[in-house]
Amino acid sequence: MTEKLQLVVSNRRHFILGATAAATLLSLPKLGFAEDNGWKAAMEGLVGSSEADANRVSIELPEIAENGNTVPFSVAVESPMTDEDHVKAVHVFATGNPRPDIGSFMFTPANGVADASSRMRLGRTQDIVAVAEMSNGQVFMATQTVKVTIGGCGG
Amino acid sequence: MKIKSLVISAATVALASTAYIGLSVAFDDDSHDWGDYQVEDRRSGYTYRSAETRALQDDEFENPGMVGVDHGAELWNIAEGSEGKACADCHGDASESMAKVGATYPKFNAASSKPINVEQRINLCRVENMGAEPFKYESGEMLNMTAFVKNQSLGEPVNVVIDGEMAPFFEKGKEFYYERRGQLDMACSHCHEDNEGNMIRADHLSQGQINGFPTYRFKWQKLGSVHRRFRGCNKNIRATPYKYGSDEYVNLELYLTWRGRGLPIETPAVRN
Amino acid sequence: MAKVKPRVKVPKKASVGDVVTIKTLISHKMETGLRKDKETGELIPRDIISAFEAKFNGATVFSMNLHAGISANPFVSFPMKVTEAGEFEFIWNADGEKTYSKKAKLKVA
Repeated sequence: MTEKLQLVVSNRRHFILGATAAATLLSLPKLGFAEDNGWKAAMEGLVGSSEADANRVSIELPEIAENGNTVPFSVAVESPMTDEDHVKAVHVFATGNPRPDIGSFMFTPANGVADASSRMRLGRTQDIVAVAEMSNGQVFMATQTVKVTIGGCGG
Repeated sequence: MKIKSLVISAATVALASTAYIGLSVAFDDDSHDWGDYQVEDRRSGYTYRSAETRALQDDEFENPGMVGVDHGAELWNIAEGSEGKACADCHGDASESMAKVGATYPKFNAASSKPINVEQRINLCRVENMGAEPFKYESGEMLNMTAFVKNQSLGEPVNVVIDGEMAPFFEKGKEFYYERRGQLDMACSHCHEDNEGNMIRADHLSQGQINGFPTYRFKWQKLGSVHRRFRGCNKNIRATPYKYGSDEYVNLELYLTWRGRGLPIETPAVRN
Repeated sequence: MAKVKPRVKVPKKASVGDVVTIKTLISHKMETGLRKDKETGELIPRDIISAFEAKFNGATVFSMNLHAGISANPFVSFPMKVTEAGEFEFIWNADGEKTYSKKAKLKVA
């Protein structure tokens, strides 16, 4: 399947009426994936750094989300989940939302394995970052791109 | 055909002002075996949705509309009104008394000499048999109770009577479906019959089947009635929507239910 | 669905050593605090479930901090390694110091 360019017009462009919408479309595509909406600061606040090795943690999202209001996702970390060596938390950030924070899953050895699922809201196509905090202080991260189509005719 | 596609692109441009627009990869999947979700050429809206969305509907727990069904099940047993009766006092166990019922509405109501839908049947019961206040049409209680009743027919093929005293109402519903309306001068059929399967903005146009209502839409982030959907469609083509529970919409609901004959009740369906 | 209702799914029975999946869902609009009232133009105040906690026999086994970026009617699922029979308690904290909870038993075969 070839990927097609995706154009996203923000809701804030409410004031632009039908006739100019087509012109707006042509001038809009702004696909910045390396952007920072504050997620780096949020990550630093939680784990002390905004950088980490891409290792052991993974985040799963649909390739294309049909509607940004409900995007199912799951995170998983490779870990023995023992008292000595386990995952303490996985923090999830959306790099293109008005606010970066999605949620933090806090694990204990009682979980046996470190995986969890939820559903997030995404304002547009963007990268999602998952950051794993291990019991020995190590931090790992993973990123995943998700395309968001704001579909759904009819109010 | 040229005129039709012009109309659709005009609509697309007009719609762009109020919402996001996008081009995306279409999942054209005509060869797929959709099992119960397709009867002859009739395809449920389920078949137009992504694997993730379908998975959310399929899982009885993960389906977000099921919270409403749960609430409906509670309401079923709560006595209300001057008669001090609950639904259960007359109808007992809904899984028996309401099995298949949701698949046969709208039905003719002799007292008002016209068809009524499940929502209206519930309110008739509340007013006449319970002596209770009717539920407001799009209220949480009404949606949840309707979803609960229809969920008792989950998987049951839609089968609605359209002849005899129902015939004139069916004809009116059909007329509505093919009648142009609104500033965009479009009929239901322009999108859901002529362009079914094509993209409108970022969305895959479905046949507009209604076998899953009340439906949990991500866009609404809650359950909504089929009349809410009709109103949304009508507003999109810049037409004045009719009232919830209006004769026009009940007739249209009757006609559309027939268009989906044989498709399974999916309430609560999950759509985008 | 103004009424806040929790749902949980815990396997009825499990064996010691199994890792089972616990699923939870609570009806809640998760109002972001970023939307404006269409008529008045005023910001609609934030009203979200901000924390979730799962206890088993009194001990916290899993928890989550939720932000407005979590979808309406928050769904959370997590694993649990079965060591003994017991009772789960699930607690959701919402803005305005509101708390919702639900219990569920886990039997060991």
